[in-house]
Amino acid sequence: MSSNHPLDQLYRQVIMDHYKNPRNRGVLEGTNVDINMNNPTCGDRIHLTMKVEDGKIADVKFEGEGCSISMSSASMMTQAIKGKNVEEALRLAHIFSDMIQGKEYDDSLDLGDIEALQGVSKFPARIKCATLAWKALEKGLHDH
Amino acid sequence: MNVKEIRSLFPILHQQVNGHPLIYFDSAATSQKPLPVIEALDRYYREYNSNVHRGVHTLGTKATDAYEGAREKVRRFLNAKSAQEIIFTRGTTTALNLVASSYARANVKEGDEIVITYMEHHSNLIPWQQAAKQTGATLKYISLQEDGTIDLKDVEATVTPATKIVAIAHVSNVLGTINPVREIARIAHDRGAVVVVDAAQSAPHMKIDVQELGCDFLAFSSHKMCGPTGVGVLYGKRELLEQMEPIEFGGEMIDFVELYDSTWKELPWKFEGGTPIIAGAIGLGAAIDFLEQVGLDAIAAHEHELAQYALERLADIEGVTVYGPKERAGLVTFNIEGVHPHDVATVLDAEGIAIRAGHHCAQPLMKWLNVTATARASFYLYNTKEEIDTFIAALQKAKEYFSHVF
Repeated sequence: MSSNHPLDQLYRQVIMDHYKNPRNRGVLEGTNVDINMNNPTCGDRIHLTMKVEDGKIADVKFEGEGCSISMSSASMMTQAIKGKNVEEALRLAHIFSDMIQGKEYDDSLDLGDIEALQGVSKFPARIKCATLAWKALEKGLHDH
Repeated sequence: MNVKEIRSLFPILHQQVNGHPLIYFDSAATSQKPLPVIEALDRYYREYNSNVHRGVHTLGTKATDAYEGAREKVRRFLNAKSAQEIIFTRGTTTALNLVASSYARANVKEGDEIVITYMEHHSNLIPWQQAAKQTGATLKYISLQEDGTIDLKDVEATVTPATKIVAIAHVSNVLGTINPVREIARIAHDRGAVVVVDAAQSAPHMKIDVQELGCDFLAFSSHKMCGPTGVGVLYGKRELLEQMEPIEFGGEMIDFVELYDSTWKELPWKFEGGTPIIAGAIGLGAAIDFLEQVGLDAIAAHEHELAQYALERLADIEGVTVYGPKERAGLVTFNIEGVHPHDVATVLDAEGIAIRAGHHCAQPLMKWLNVTATARASFYLYNTKEEIDTFIAALQKAKEYFSHVF
């Protein structure tokens, strides 16, 4: 298949890599943040466990079921927030939310792999897939 | 049946989506609308928009005649005995909720049973869950065969003399299974239960005769059968509807109103509180005229051919799982190994093909199938084999694309 398929801006290589080889997959035992979230309209679900110590996300894992966008987004999210403090993680979630909706976003932080999801903003039907893991993160940190 | 001619009556089909001619394979979610329906709505609003059942003026009479005329069309369409047995509702969901709230509350008590199946759409499931909770009745499920059909032996075993209501889909929105409603009704009646039929997926596609089916209640939606959204029908046997209390109160449904008590209009109006869905009912009437003109038997035969052709072509793609029996209504639900249904739907959308992906409002059935989501292509009278060929080619592409990006 040609490399300039119209879907390439959605299904970037790095996204597919995270989908196929998810980072931080699993469930952490004895954690202080444990969140289940699902997208009732499509059936995607995520189970996010985090160990938050001294305002810092010491460890994080996710388990779930869903499409390439939702699962790769979850994988990238865990990769990005691991080791960050809570405020930084929430700031990242905010930037992600702006980016995925196609709004202007704060690019002073290095988003790394996450930036690959920018193309999702052109596919309105899929934005909810990308945001599921981040919503779980925000809920988990707020409830904490 | 001349599909080309039929297609010319659906303006929406003649457009490009993402640079490709639109292929609309999502009619089980909602169907497209033909010109006679669009024009009937337009004419109502342009020429005789008025409230019904009250005006002395000319437009009011015209609107009332058209609204009640639509009811008579529905009566004929279902072969109901009387137009008093036809209640206009907001749709299938509202119709089923009316039976669950009014009939079930009055006739089901603790220790009784309500029986449904694993293949029900949430709209024919949650109202019964709620009714069971409120009355103290037990909700029981008729199990499914491996192929997604119902064995009458399981119906015999599940429905008991304690069963008061058996509620069942005529056609499954996921599996395409056509259920033996007449036989199920016979078993239910033997044990003293009433039968409620969710005809949302059958009324648009096949001839329905409520007297022949022997059902006590039957519900369907206009928007899945070429009519407008926001209107549907509850058919009920007159003797049952007569005993039932309304669940919505207000204007239009009353006979006499006093300070501390009121009485209701006769059937069917006692169930139609508030200004009714006038334009919607008139549009539904026009949709029925249109479908009857084409012929429901011809539509059923055309869709059967499309579904069988789709099954045949899908079997050629390696890694495709199709859910449901071979003999089915006009839809195919499937999964492709290694490609999530949302991703299938996105790749197809890029090719101008509209399908549904998700749990199809049937989470217990998804659990039974042991999947979290599926893709579904559903057909109607305006679809063609050529469109299925394009769809199959696009599925091949989706598979290739995902093996390529991996």
